[in-house]
Amino acid sequence: MNIAVLLKQTFDTEEKIVLTGGAVSEEGVKFVVNPYDEYAVEEAIRIKERTGGQVTVLSVGPARAAEALRTALAMGADEAVLIDDERIPQDEFAVAGVIAAFLKGHDFDLVLGGNFSVDTGGAQVAVRVAEALGIPHVASITKLELSGGKANVERDAEGDAERIDVELPALLTAQQGLNEPRYPSLPGIMKAKKKPLKTLTLDDLNLSNQTIEEKTARVSLSLPPERKAGQILDGDMPQQAAALVGLLRAAIKAI
Amino acid sequence: MSKTYVVVAEQRDGKLRRVTLEALRAAADSAGENDAIHAVLLGEGLDASAAELAAYPLAKVHVIEDERLTLYNPEAYVLALAPLLDSLKPDGLFLGHTAIGRDLAPALAARLSAGQLSDVTAIEHADDRTVFVRPIYAGKAIERRAFNTHPWVVTVRPNNFPAAVPGAGGASAEIVKHAAAPEMTLRTVIRDVVRNMSGKVDLTEAKIVVSGGRGVKSAEGFKPLEELAALLGGAVGASRGACDAGYCDYALQIGQTGKVVTPEIYIACGISGAIQHLAGMSGSRIIVAINKDAEAPIFRTADYGIVGDLFEVVPLLTEEFRKALA
Repeated sequence: MNIAVLLKQTFDTEEKIVLTGGAVSEEGVKFVVNPYDEYAVEEAIRIKERTGGQVTVLSVGPARAAEALRTALAMGADEAVLIDDERIPQDEFAVAGVIAAFLKGHDFDLVLGGNFSVDTGGAQVAVRVAEALGIPHVASITKLELSGGKANVERDAEGDAERIDVELPALLTAQQGLNEPRYPSLPGIMKAKKKPLKTLTLDDLNLSNQTIEEKTARVSLSLPPERKAGQILDGDMPQQAAALVGLLRAAIKAI
Repeated sequence: MSKTYVVVAEQRDGKLRRVTLEALRAAADSAGENDAIHAVLLGEGLDASAAELAAYPLAKVHVIEDERLTLYNPEAYVLALAPLLDSLKPDGLFLGHTAIGRDLAPALAARLSAGQLSDVTAIEHADDRTVFVRPIYAGKAIERRAFNTHPWVVTVRPNNFPAAVPGAGGASAEIVKHAAAPEMTLRTVIRDVVRNMSGKVDLTEAKIVVSGGRGVKSAEGFKPLEELAALLGGAVGASRGACDAGYCDYALQIGQTGKVVTPEIYIACGISGAIQHLAGMSGSRIIVAINKDAEAPIFRTADYGIVGDLFEVVPLLTEEFRKALA
Protein backbone atom coordinates (compact mmCIF):
# COMPACT_ATOMS: atom_id res chain seq x y z
CA MET A 1 0.00 0.00 0.00
CA ASN A 2 1.49 3.27 -1.16
CA ILE A 3 0.11 6.12 0.96
CA ALA A 4 0.51 9.88 0.66
CA VAL A 5 -0.37 12.13 3.58
CA LEU A 6 -1.06 15.83 3.06
CA LEU A 7 0.22 17.82 5.97
CA LYS A 8 0.21 21.47 6.98
CA GLN A 9 2.21 23.09 9.72
CA THR A 10 -0.01 25.35 11.81
CA PHE A 11 0.07 27.50 14.93
CA ASP A 12 -0.41 25.58 18.16
CA THR A 13 -4.08 25.99 19.11
CA GLU A 14 -3.11 27.61 22.43
CA GLU A 15 -1.36 30.48 20.61
CA LYS A 16 -2.79 33.99 20.69
CA ILE A 17 -2.94 35.87 17.42
CA VAL A 18 -0.93 39.10 17.19
CA LEU A 19 -1.03 41.30 14.10
CA THR A 20 1.99 43.21 12.91
CA GLY A 21 2.01 45.23 9.72
CA GLY A 22 -1.36 43.82 8.67
CA ALA A 23 -0.23 40.20 8.92
CA VAL A 24 -0.31 37.50 11.58
CA SER A 25 2.94 37.68 13.51
CA GLU A 26 4.92 34.45 13.72
CA GLU A 27 7.33 35.76 16.30
CA GLY A 28 7.81 33.36 19.20
CA VAL A 29 4.96 31.19 17.96
CA LYS A 30 4.98 27.45 18.58
CA PHE A 31 4.20 25.52 15.41
CA VAL A 32 2.70 22.05 15.30
CA VAL A 33 1.45 19.52 12.79
CA ASN A 34 -2.14 20.55 12.07
CA PRO A 35 -4.07 18.40 14.60
CA TYR A 36 -6.34 16.87 11.95
CA ASP A 37 -3.36 16.00 9.76
CA GLU A 38 -1.79 14.26 12.74
CA TYR A 39 -4.69 11.77 12.70
CA ALA A 40 -4.01 11.21 9.02
CA VAL A 41 -0.29 10.55 9.65
CA GLU A 42 -1.14 8.14 12.46
CA GLU A 43 -3.68 6.26 10.35
CA ALA A 44 -1.22 5.93 7.46
CA ILE A 45 1.44 4.51 9.77
CA ARG A 46 -1.04 2.03 11.28
CA ILE A 47 -2.01 0.80 7.81
CA LYS A 48 1.66 0.39 6.92
CA GLU A 49 2.28 -1.54 10.14
CA ARG A 50 -0.61 -3.90 9.36
CA THR A 51 -0.17 -4.44 5.65
CA GLY A 52 3.23 -3.09 4.72
CA GLY A 53 3.88 -0.26 2.30
CA GLN A 54 5.30 3.17 2.11
CA VAL A 55 4.13 6.42 3.72
CA THR A 56 5.08 9.72 2.09
CA VAL A 57 4.21 12.96 3.87
CA LEU A 58 3.82 16.03 1.71
CA SER A 59 3.55 19.68 2.59
CA VAL A 60 3.33 22.96 0.73
CA GLY A 61 4.78 25.68 2.91
CA PRO A 62 7.78 27.71 3.99
CA ALA A 63 11.09 26.23 5.16
CA ARG A 64 9.87 26.03 8.77
CA ALA A 65 7.32 23.38 7.70
CA ALA A 66 10.22 20.90 7.42
CA GLU A 67 10.02 20.59 11.20
CA ALA A 68 6.45 19.31 11.01
CA LEU A 69 7.48 16.84 8.31
CA ARG A 70 10.32 15.63 10.57
CA THR A 71 7.74 15.02 13.31
CA ALA A 72 5.74 12.85 10.91
CA LEU A 73 8.93 10.97 9.99
CA ALA A 74 9.68 10.47 13.67
CA MET A 75 6.18 9.05 14.14
CA GLY A 76 6.99 6.48 11.45
CA ALA A 77 6.45 7.93 7.98
CA ASP A 78 9.10 6.84 5.47
CA GLU A 79 9.83 9.93 3.45
CA ALA A 80 8.85 13.56 3.27
CA VAL A 81 8.47 16.13 0.53
CA LEU A 82 8.28 19.87 1.10
CA ILE A 83 7.22 22.07 -1.78
CA ASP A 84 8.53 25.50 -0.85
CA ASP A 85 8.21 28.27 -3.37
CA GLU A 86 7.29 31.92 -2.88
CA ARG A 87 5.42 31.92 -6.17
CA ILE A 88 2.70 29.71 -4.66
CA PRO A 89 -0.05 32.04 -3.42
CA GLN A 90 -1.95 31.49 -0.17
CA ASP A 91 -4.99 30.29 -2.02
CA GLU A 92 -6.54 26.82 -1.90
CA PHE A 93 -6.94 26.57 -5.67
CA ALA A 94 -3.21 27.07 -6.20
CA VAL A 95 -2.05 24.93 -3.27
CA ALA A 96 -4.26 22.04 -4.40
CA GLY A 97 -2.97 22.42 -7.96
CA VAL A 98 0.63 22.14 -6.78
CA ILE A 99 -0.10 19.09 -4.62
CA ALA A 100 -2.02 17.38 -7.42
CA ALA A 101 0.84 18.04 -9.83
CA PHE A 102 3.22 16.23 -7.49
CA LEU A 103 0.87 13.31 -6.78
CA LYS A 104 0.12 12.77 -10.47
CA GLY A 105 3.69 11.67 -11.07
CA HIS A 106 3.46 8.99 -8.36
CA ASP A 107 1.36 5.92 -7.89
CA PHE A 108 -0.57 6.25 -4.65
CA ASP A 109 -3.29 3.83 -3.53
CA LEU A 110 -4.48 6.12 -0.79
CA VAL A 111 -4.18 9.83 -0.07
CA LEU A 112 -4.94 10.95 3.48
CA GLY A 113 -5.32 14.45 4.85
CA GLY A 114 -6.96 16.37 7.68
CA ASN A 115 -10.59 17.47 7.73
CA PHE A 116 -9.45 21.10 7.78
CA SER A 117 -6.52 23.14 9.03
CA VAL A 118 -6.99 24.99 12.28
CA ASP A 119 -5.46 28.24 10.94
CA THR A 120 -7.03 29.49 7.72
CA GLY A 121 -8.91 26.22 7.32
CA GLY A 122 -11.42 26.35 4.52
CA ALA A 123 -11.63 22.55 4.26
CA GLN A 124 -10.86 22.84 0.55
CA VAL A 125 -7.40 21.64 -0.43
CA ALA A 126 -7.79 17.88 0.05
CA VAL A 127 -11.14 17.68 -1.74
CA ARG A 128 -9.79 19.81 -4.59
CA VAL A 129 -6.80 17.45 -4.89
CA ALA A 130 -9.15 14.45 -5.20
CA GLU A 131 -11.06 16.18 -7.99
CA ALA A 132 -7.85 17.13 -9.76
CA LEU A 133 -6.61 13.53 -9.58
CA GLY A 134 -10.00 12.19 -10.66
CA ILE A 135 -10.30 9.94 -7.62
CA PRO A 136 -13.23 9.70 -5.18
CA HIS A 137 -13.02 11.25 -1.74
CA VAL A 138 -14.70 10.95 1.63
CA ALA A 139 -14.16 13.79 4.10
CA SER A 140 -14.29 13.76 7.87
CA ILE A 141 -13.85 10.04 8.56
CA THR A 142 -13.79 8.52 12.03
CA LYS A 143 -13.20 4.87 11.03
CA LEU A 144 -11.22 3.23 8.27
CA GLU A 145 -10.83 -0.39 7.18
CA LEU A 146 -9.29 -1.62 3.97
CA SER A 147 -10.34 -4.76 2.15
CA GLY A 148 -10.46 -5.99 -1.42
CA GLY A 149 -9.32 -2.77 -3.06
CA LYS A 150 -11.86 -0.72 -1.13
CA ALA A 151 -11.92 1.51 1.90
CA ASN A 152 -14.84 0.99 4.27
CA VAL A 153 -15.18 4.19 6.25
CA GLU A 154 -17.43 6.00 8.65
CA ARG A 155 -17.95 9.67 7.98
CA ASP A 156 -19.05 12.11 10.66
CA ALA A 157 -21.84 14.24 9.21
CA GLU A 158 -22.91 16.68 11.91
CA GLY A 159 -23.01 13.87 14.46
CA ASP A 160 -24.63 11.27 12.21
CA ALA A 161 -22.39 8.42 11.06
CA GLU A 162 -22.48 7.61 7.34
CA ARG A 163 -21.07 4.20 6.44
CA ILE A 164 -19.41 4.41 3.06
CA ASP A 165 -17.50 2.05 0.75
CA VAL A 166 -15.14 3.72 -1.66
CA GLU A 167 -12.91 2.21 -4.33
CA LEU A 168 -9.17 2.79 -4.17
CA PRO A 169 -7.33 4.88 -5.09
CA ALA A 170 -9.23 7.37 -2.98
CA LEU A 171 -8.63 10.44 -0.84
CA LEU A 172 -9.88 10.48 2.76
CA THR A 173 -9.75 13.25 5.34
CA ALA A 174 -9.47 12.58 9.05
CA GLN A 175 -11.87 13.75 11.72
CA GLN A 176 -11.21 13.64 15.45
CA GLY A 177 -11.81 10.20 16.90
CA LEU A 178 -10.22 8.36 13.97
CA ASN A 179 -7.34 7.31 16.22
CA GLU A 180 -5.06 8.48 19.02
CA PRO A 181 -1.88 9.81 17.39
CA ARG A 182 1.34 8.50 18.93
CA TYR A 183 4.11 10.68 20.27
CA PRO A 184 7.37 10.26 18.38
CA SER A 185 9.68 7.95 20.36
CA LEU A 186 13.32 8.83 20.97
CA PRO A 187 14.55 6.10 18.58
CA GLY A 188 11.92 7.36 16.13
CA ILE A 189 13.33 10.87 16.36
CA MET A 190 16.86 9.57 15.82
CA LYS A 191 15.78 7.52 12.80
CA ALA A 192 13.86 10.45 11.34
CA LYS A 193 17.09 12.40 10.98
CA LYS A 194 18.28 9.89 8.41
CA LYS A 195 15.02 9.58 6.50
CA PRO A 196 14.76 11.41 3.17
CA LEU A 197 13.22 14.88 3.26
CA LYS A 198 13.18 16.38 -0.21
CA THR A 199 12.57 20.05 -0.88
CA LEU A 200 11.08 20.92 -4.26
CA THR A 201 10.21 24.15 -6.00
CA LEU A 202 7.73 24.81 -8.79
CA ASP A 203 10.55 24.26 -11.28
CA ASP A 204 10.65 20.59 -10.24
CA LEU A 205 6.97 20.15 -11.09
CA ASN A 206 5.37 20.38 -14.48
CA LEU A 207 3.05 23.28 -13.87
CA SER A 208 1.37 25.88 -16.00
CA ASN A 209 0.98 29.42 -14.72
CA GLN A 210 -2.78 28.89 -14.66
CA THR A 211 -2.36 26.22 -12.00
CA ILE A 212 -1.00 28.74 -9.53
CA GLU A 213 -3.35 31.56 -10.37
CA GLU A 214 -4.36 33.47 -7.25
CA LYS A 215 -8.13 33.16 -7.25
CA THR A 216 -8.71 35.06 -4.02
CA ALA A 217 -6.77 37.84 -2.32
CA ARG A 218 -6.68 39.28 1.15
CA VAL A 219 -8.22 42.73 1.49
CA SER A 220 -7.52 43.19 5.18
CA LEU A 221 -6.93 41.42 8.45
CA SER A 222 -8.17 42.47 11.87
CA LEU A 223 -8.70 41.18 15.36
CA PRO A 224 -12.21 40.47 16.60
CA PRO A 225 -13.70 42.97 19.05
CA GLU A 226 -12.55 42.04 22.52
CA ARG A 227 -15.20 40.72 24.86
CA LYS A 228 -15.39 42.41 28.21
CA ALA A 229 -15.85 40.53 31.43
CA GLY A 230 -19.47 40.84 32.43
CA GLN A 231 -21.42 40.52 35.58
CA ILE A 232 -20.85 37.86 38.24
CA LEU A 233 -24.18 37.20 39.90
CA ASP A 234 -24.60 36.95 43.65
CA GLY A 235 -27.04 35.71 46.23
CA ASP A 236 -27.82 32.08 47.04
CA MET A 237 -27.97 29.62 44.16
CA PRO A 238 -31.75 29.66 43.62
CA GLN A 239 -31.62 33.49 43.59
CA GLN A 240 -28.78 33.49 41.10
CA ALA A 241 -30.56 30.98 38.86
CA ALA A 242 -33.74 33.08 38.93
CA ALA A 243 -31.78 36.27 38.23
CA LEU A 244 -30.00 34.67 35.26
CA VAL A 245 -33.26 33.41 33.77
CA GLY A 246 -34.62 36.94 34.13
CA LEU A 247 -31.61 38.34 32.28
CA LEU A 248 -31.83 35.78 29.47
CA ARG A 249 -35.58 35.75 29.11
CA ALA A 250 -35.82 38.54 26.56
CA ALA A 251 -33.10 36.97 24.39
CA ILE A 252 -34.81 33.58 24.52
CA LYS A 253 -38.22 34.99 23.66
CA ALA A 254 -36.65 36.67 20.63
CA ILE A 255 -35.40 33.34 19.23
CA MET B 1 -24.12 42.61 -17.80
CA SER B 2 -26.40 40.77 -15.47
CA LYS B 3 -24.91 38.01 -13.40
CA THR B 4 -26.19 34.61 -12.36
CA TYR B 5 -25.89 33.15 -8.88
CA VAL B 6 -26.80 29.65 -7.79
CA VAL B 7 -27.67 28.57 -4.26
CA VAL B 8 -27.35 24.84 -3.55
CA ALA B 9 -30.24 24.28 -1.15
CA GLU B 10 -30.41 21.67 1.59
CA GLN B 11 -33.51 20.12 3.06
CA ARG B 12 -34.06 17.74 5.91
CA ASP B 13 -37.23 15.68 6.29
CA GLY B 14 -39.08 17.77 3.72
CA LYS B 15 -38.17 21.13 5.24
CA LEU B 16 -35.55 23.58 4.02
CA ARG B 17 -32.64 24.00 6.37
CA ARG B 18 -32.38 27.45 7.84
CA VAL B 19 -28.81 27.80 6.56
CA THR B 20 -30.24 27.60 3.03
CA LEU B 21 -32.40 30.65 3.72
CA GLU B 22 -29.28 32.35 5.08
CA ALA B 23 -27.40 31.40 1.90
CA LEU B 24 -30.25 32.90 -0.14
CA ARG B 25 -29.79 36.09 1.82
CA ALA B 26 -26.03 36.03 1.20
CA ALA B 27 -26.72 35.61 -2.51
CA ALA B 28 -29.13 38.56 -2.43
CA ASP B 29 -26.47 40.62 -0.60
CA SER B 30 -24.04 39.89 -3.45
CA ALA B 31 -26.46 40.35 -6.33
CA GLY B 32 -27.38 43.53 -8.10
CA GLU B 33 -30.88 44.46 -9.22
CA ASN B 34 -30.62 42.84 -12.64
CA ASP B 35 -28.87 39.70 -11.49
CA ALA B 36 -30.60 36.33 -11.35
CA ILE B 37 -30.51 33.99 -8.37
CA HIS B 38 -31.33 30.33 -8.93
CA ALA B 39 -31.74 27.64 -6.30
CA VAL B 40 -31.16 23.94 -6.79
CA LEU B 41 -32.38 21.03 -4.68
CA LEU B 42 -31.13 17.44 -4.93
CA GLY B 43 -32.56 14.27 -3.48
CA GLU B 44 -35.90 12.52 -3.37
CA GLY B 45 -39.36 13.67 -2.29
CA LEU B 46 -38.54 17.33 -2.78
CA ASP B 47 -41.96 18.77 -3.71
CA ALA B 48 -42.61 20.45 -0.37
CA SER B 49 -39.13 21.98 -0.17
CA ALA B 50 -39.29 23.11 -3.80
CA ALA B 51 -42.63 24.83 -3.15
CA GLU B 52 -41.15 26.45 -0.03
CA LEU B 53 -38.20 27.75 -2.08
CA ALA B 54 -40.43 29.02 -4.87
CA ALA B 55 -41.90 31.60 -2.49
CA TYR B 56 -38.55 33.43 -2.36
CA PRO B 57 -37.55 35.99 -4.98
CA LEU B 58 -35.68 33.61 -7.28
CA ALA B 59 -35.32 33.32 -11.04
CA LYS B 60 -35.93 29.58 -10.93
CA VAL B 61 -35.97 26.64 -8.56
CA HIS B 62 -34.22 23.62 -10.08
CA VAL B 63 -35.03 20.19 -8.75
CA ILE B 64 -32.91 17.11 -9.45
CA GLU B 65 -34.83 14.09 -8.14
CA ASP B 66 -33.08 10.76 -8.15
CA GLU B 67 -32.90 7.88 -5.69
CA ARG B 68 -29.11 7.93 -5.96
CA LEU B 69 -29.19 11.42 -4.43
CA THR B 70 -31.30 10.57 -1.38
CA LEU B 71 -28.23 10.19 0.79
CA TYR B 72 -25.41 12.64 0.20
CA ASN B 73 -22.79 11.12 -2.08
CA PRO B 74 -20.14 13.61 -3.23
CA GLU B 75 -19.53 11.87 -6.56
CA ALA B 76 -23.23 11.58 -7.41
CA TYR B 77 -23.96 15.18 -6.36
CA VAL B 78 -21.12 16.58 -8.46
CA LEU B 79 -22.17 14.54 -11.50
CA ALA B 80 -25.83 15.48 -11.06
CA LEU B 81 -25.05 19.20 -10.76
CA ALA B 82 -22.54 19.38 -13.60
CA PRO B 83 -24.99 19.71 -16.54
CA LEU B 84 -27.07 22.35 -14.74
CA LEU B 85 -23.98 24.40 -13.86
CA ASP B 86 -22.73 24.02 -17.44
CA SER B 87 -25.97 25.51 -18.74
CA LEU B 88 -26.46 28.23 -16.11
CA LYS B 89 -22.78 29.26 -16.13
CA PRO B 90 -23.07 30.92 -12.72
CA ASP B 91 -20.81 33.77 -11.68
CA GLY B 92 -21.14 32.73 -8.07
CA LEU B 93 -22.23 29.67 -6.14
CA PHE B 94 -23.50 29.65 -2.55
CA LEU B 95 -23.70 26.72 -0.16
CA GLY B 96 -24.09 26.36 3.59
CA HIS B 97 -20.90 25.50 5.48
CA THR B 98 -22.52 22.24 6.60
CA ALA B 99 -21.56 18.56 6.44
CA ILE B 100 -22.78 18.59 2.84
CA GLY B 101 -21.81 22.09 1.77
CA ARG B 102 -18.25 22.09 3.07
CA ASP B 103 -17.68 18.81 1.22
CA LEU B 104 -19.48 19.61 -2.01
CA ALA B 105 -18.30 23.21 -2.43
CA PRO B 106 -14.59 22.52 -3.00
CA ALA B 107 -15.43 19.63 -5.35
CA LEU B 108 -17.58 21.97 -7.44
CA ALA B 109 -14.98 24.74 -7.18
CA ALA B 110 -12.32 22.36 -8.47
CA ARG B 111 -14.55 21.39 -11.40
CA LEU B 112 -15.24 25.02 -12.26
CA SER B 113 -11.57 26.01 -11.73
CA ALA B 114 -13.06 28.49 -9.31
CA GLY B 115 -11.76 30.23 -6.24
CA GLN B 116 -13.61 29.56 -3.02
CA LEU B 117 -14.05 31.36 0.27
CA SER B 118 -15.26 29.10 3.06
CA ASP B 119 -17.22 29.76 6.22
CA VAL B 120 -18.15 33.33 5.33
CA THR B 121 -19.94 35.32 8.05
CA ALA B 122 -20.69 38.60 6.26
CA ILE B 123 -20.55 40.27 2.86
CA GLU B 124 -19.55 43.90 2.42
CA HIS B 125 -19.34 46.22 -0.55
CA ALA B 126 -16.35 48.53 -0.72
CA ASP B 127 -14.98 50.50 -3.68
CA ASP B 128 -17.12 48.68 -6.20
CA ARG B 129 -15.89 45.37 -4.93
CA THR B 130 -17.61 42.59 -3.02
CA VAL B 131 -15.67 41.66 0.08
CA PHE B 132 -16.22 38.45 2.04
CA VAL B 133 -15.60 38.33 5.78
CA ARG B 134 -14.35 35.10 7.29
CA PRO B 135 -12.98 34.28 10.71
CA ILE B 136 -9.61 32.52 10.67
CA TYR B 137 -7.79 30.72 13.48
CA ALA B 138 -11.30 29.77 14.63
CA GLY B 139 -12.20 33.43 15.15
CA LYS B 140 -8.98 34.67 16.73
CA ALA B 141 -8.63 36.90 13.65
CA ILE B 142 -11.00 38.20 10.99
CA GLU B 143 -9.96 38.17 7.37
CA ARG B 144 -11.56 40.08 4.51
CA ARG B 145 -10.98 38.58 1.08
CA ALA B 146 -12.16 39.22 -2.45
CA PHE B 147 -12.18 37.15 -5.61
CA ASN B 148 -9.80 37.89 -8.48
CA THR B 149 -11.66 35.72 -10.97
CA HIS B 150 -15.09 34.40 -11.92
CA PRO B 151 -16.80 32.05 -11.27
CA TRP B 152 -16.42 31.70 -7.53
CA VAL B 153 -17.82 29.63 -4.70
CA VAL B 154 -18.78 30.71 -1.18
CA THR B 155 -19.90 28.67 1.83
CA VAL B 156 -21.77 30.58 4.53
CA ARG B 157 -21.46 29.84 8.22
CA PRO B 158 -24.83 28.96 9.78
CA ASN B 159 -26.38 31.53 12.17
CA ASN B 160 -24.60 34.60 10.78
CA PHE B 161 -26.67 35.90 7.87
CA PRO B 162 -30.29 36.79 8.53
CA ALA B 163 -32.67 34.41 6.77
CA ALA B 164 -34.05 35.59 3.42
CA VAL B 165 -37.67 36.66 3.44
CA PRO B 166 -40.24 35.33 0.97
CA GLY B 167 -41.16 37.62 -1.92
CA ALA B 168 -44.08 39.99 -1.56
CA GLY B 169 -47.55 39.00 -2.75
CA GLY B 170 -46.92 35.25 -2.69
CA ALA B 171 -44.42 35.51 -5.54
CA SER B 172 -43.79 32.13 -7.06
CA ALA B 173 -40.62 31.16 -8.89
CA GLU B 174 -40.84 28.61 -11.67
CA ILE B 175 -39.92 25.09 -10.58
CA VAL B 176 -37.89 23.20 -13.19
CA LYS B 177 -37.35 19.47 -12.87
CA HIS B 178 -34.15 17.93 -14.20
CA ALA B 179 -33.17 14.30 -14.54
CA ALA B 180 -29.88 13.18 -13.08
CA ALA B 181 -27.52 11.64 -15.64
CA PRO B 182 -28.84 8.12 -16.25
CA GLU B 183 -25.35 6.66 -16.38
CA MET B 184 -23.40 7.57 -13.31
CA THR B 185 -20.49 5.26 -12.60
CA LEU B 186 -20.03 5.72 -8.89
CA ARG B 187 -17.00 4.51 -6.99
CA THR B 188 -18.54 5.68 -3.75
CA VAL B 189 -21.40 3.73 -2.16
CA ILE B 190 -23.24 5.02 0.89
CA ARG B 191 -24.20 1.85 2.75
CA ASP B 192 -26.29 3.41 5.48
CA VAL B 193 -26.48 6.27 7.93
CA VAL B 194 -26.60 5.87 11.68
CA ARG B 195 -28.83 8.73 12.77
CA ASN B 196 -27.34 9.77 16.08
CA MET B 197 -28.80 13.22 15.68
CA SER B 198 -32.40 12.60 14.64
CA GLY B 199 -34.68 14.94 16.50
CA LYS B 200 -31.72 16.89 17.85
CA VAL B 201 -30.70 20.40 16.91
CA ASP B 202 -27.48 20.67 14.90
CA LEU B 203 -24.75 22.24 16.98
CA THR B 204 -23.62 24.85 14.45
CA GLU B 205 -27.19 25.91 13.67
CA ALA B 206 -28.41 25.96 17.28
CA LYS B 207 -29.58 29.29 18.72
CA ILE B 208 -28.76 28.09 22.21
CA VAL B 209 -25.81 25.89 23.14
CA VAL B 210 -25.33 24.31 26.56
CA SER B 211 -21.77 23.14 26.77
CA GLY B 212 -19.90 20.98 29.27
CA GLY B 213 -16.24 20.70 30.19
CA ARG B 214 -14.12 18.57 32.48
CA GLY B 215 -16.27 19.78 35.37
CA VAL B 216 -19.08 17.56 34.06
CA LYS B 217 -16.96 14.64 35.32
CA SER B 218 -18.61 11.78 33.38
CA ALA B 219 -20.85 10.87 30.46
CA GLU B 220 -23.68 10.67 32.99
CA GLY B 221 -22.84 14.21 34.06
CA PHE B 222 -24.07 15.56 30.71
CA LYS B 223 -27.66 14.58 31.60
CA PRO B 224 -28.62 17.86 33.33
CA LEU B 225 -27.07 19.80 30.42
CA GLU B 226 -29.08 17.75 27.93
CA GLU B 227 -32.27 18.46 29.86
CA LEU B 228 -31.65 22.20 29.85
CA ALA B 229 -30.76 22.17 26.14
CA ALA B 230 -33.87 20.14 25.28
CA LEU B 231 -36.10 22.53 27.23
CA LEU B 232 -34.64 25.53 25.39
CA GLY B 233 -34.65 23.85 21.97
CA GLY B 234 -30.86 24.08 21.92
CA ALA B 235 -27.95 21.73 21.39
CA VAL B 236 -25.33 20.27 23.72
CA GLY B 237 -21.66 20.98 23.09
CA ALA B 238 -18.44 20.15 24.89
CA SER B 239 -14.90 21.32 25.46
CA ARG B 240 -11.90 19.38 24.27
CA GLY B 241 -11.23 18.36 27.86
CA ALA B 242 -14.61 16.64 28.14
CA CYS B 243 -14.15 14.88 24.79
CA ASP B 244 -10.58 13.78 25.52
CA ALA B 245 -11.75 12.40 28.86
CA GLY B 246 -14.28 10.29 26.97
CA TYR B 247 -17.39 11.94 28.47
CA CYS B 248 -18.86 12.63 25.05
CA ASP B 249 -18.40 12.20 21.33
CA TYR B 250 -15.91 14.35 19.43
CA ALA B 251 -18.81 15.49 17.24
CA LEU B 252 -19.77 17.77 20.15
CA GLN B 253 -16.38 19.43 20.53
CA ILE B 254 -16.32 23.20 20.29
CA GLY B 255 -13.03 25.02 19.80
CA GLN B 256 -10.22 25.54 17.37
CA THR B 257 -10.17 21.79 16.93
CA GLY B 258 -13.82 20.89 16.66
CA LYS B 259 -16.62 23.23 15.73
CA VAL B 260 -16.99 26.97 15.82
CA VAL B 261 -20.41 28.03 17.05
CA THR B 262 -22.10 31.42 17.09
CA PRO B 263 -25.42 30.95 18.92
CA GLU B 264 -27.53 33.66 20.54
CA ILE B 265 -26.82 32.18 23.95
CA TYR B 266 -23.87 30.00 24.98
CA ILE B 267 -23.98 28.45 28.44
CA ALA B 268 -20.56 27.08 29.48
CA CYS B 269 -20.80 24.60 32.35
CA GLY B 270 -17.66 23.43 34.11
CA ILE B 271 -15.48 24.81 31.32
CA SER B 272 -12.33 26.60 32.42
CA GLY B 273 -11.94 28.55 29.18
CA ALA B 274 -8.73 27.45 27.48
CA ILE B 275 -7.82 29.73 24.60
CA GLN B 276 -8.51 26.99 22.05
CA HIS B 277 -12.07 26.62 23.41
CA LEU B 278 -12.71 30.39 23.59
CA ALA B 279 -11.81 30.61 19.91
CA GLY B 280 -14.70 28.32 19.08
CA MET B 281 -17.42 30.17 20.97
CA SER B 282 -16.51 33.81 21.58
CA GLY B 283 -18.59 34.90 18.59
CA SER B 284 -21.72 33.93 20.57
CA ARG B 285 -24.03 36.85 21.32
CA ILE B 286 -24.48 36.18 25.03
CA ILE B 287 -22.09 33.99 27.01
CA VAL B 288 -22.97 32.53 30.40
CA ALA B 289 -20.36 30.79 32.52
CA ILE B 290 -21.02 28.41 35.38
CA ASN B 291 -17.90 27.24 37.18
CA LYS B 292 -16.84 26.39 40.72
CA ASP B 293 -13.54 28.18 40.25
CA ALA B 294 -14.06 31.95 40.49
CA GLU B 295 -10.64 32.43 38.85
CA ALA B 296 -11.51 30.38 35.73
CA PRO B 297 -10.60 32.38 32.58
CA ILE B 298 -14.07 31.71 31.14
CA PHE B 299 -15.46 34.42 33.48
CA ARG B 300 -13.34 37.03 31.68
CA THR B 301 -15.24 36.33 28.47
CA ALA B 302 -18.71 35.75 29.91
CA ASP B 303 -21.50 38.30 29.99
CA TYR B 304 -23.00 36.61 33.04
CA GLY B 305 -21.25 34.35 35.49
CA ILE B 306 -22.37 32.11 38.31
CA VAL B 307 -19.66 30.82 40.62
CA GLY B 308 -21.01 27.50 41.76
CA ASP B 309 -21.36 23.78 41.22
CA LEU B 310 -22.91 23.07 37.83
CA PHE B 311 -24.73 20.04 39.25
CA GLU B 312 -26.56 22.40 41.59
CA VAL B 313 -26.92 25.37 39.24
CA VAL B 314 -27.99 23.70 35.98
CA PRO B 315 -31.04 21.87 37.40
CA LEU B 316 -32.08 25.12 39.13
CA LEU B 317 -31.81 26.94 35.80
CA THR B 318 -33.87 24.27 34.06
CA GLU B 319 -36.51 24.66 36.78
CA GLU B 320 -36.54 28.46 36.51
CA PHE B 321 -36.69 28.39 32.69
CA ARG B 322 -39.55 25.90 32.84
CA LYS B 323 -41.48 28.32 35.04
CA ALA B 324 -40.55 31.37 32.98
CA LEU B 325 -41.45 29.80 29.65
CA ALA B 326 -44.69 28.20 30.88
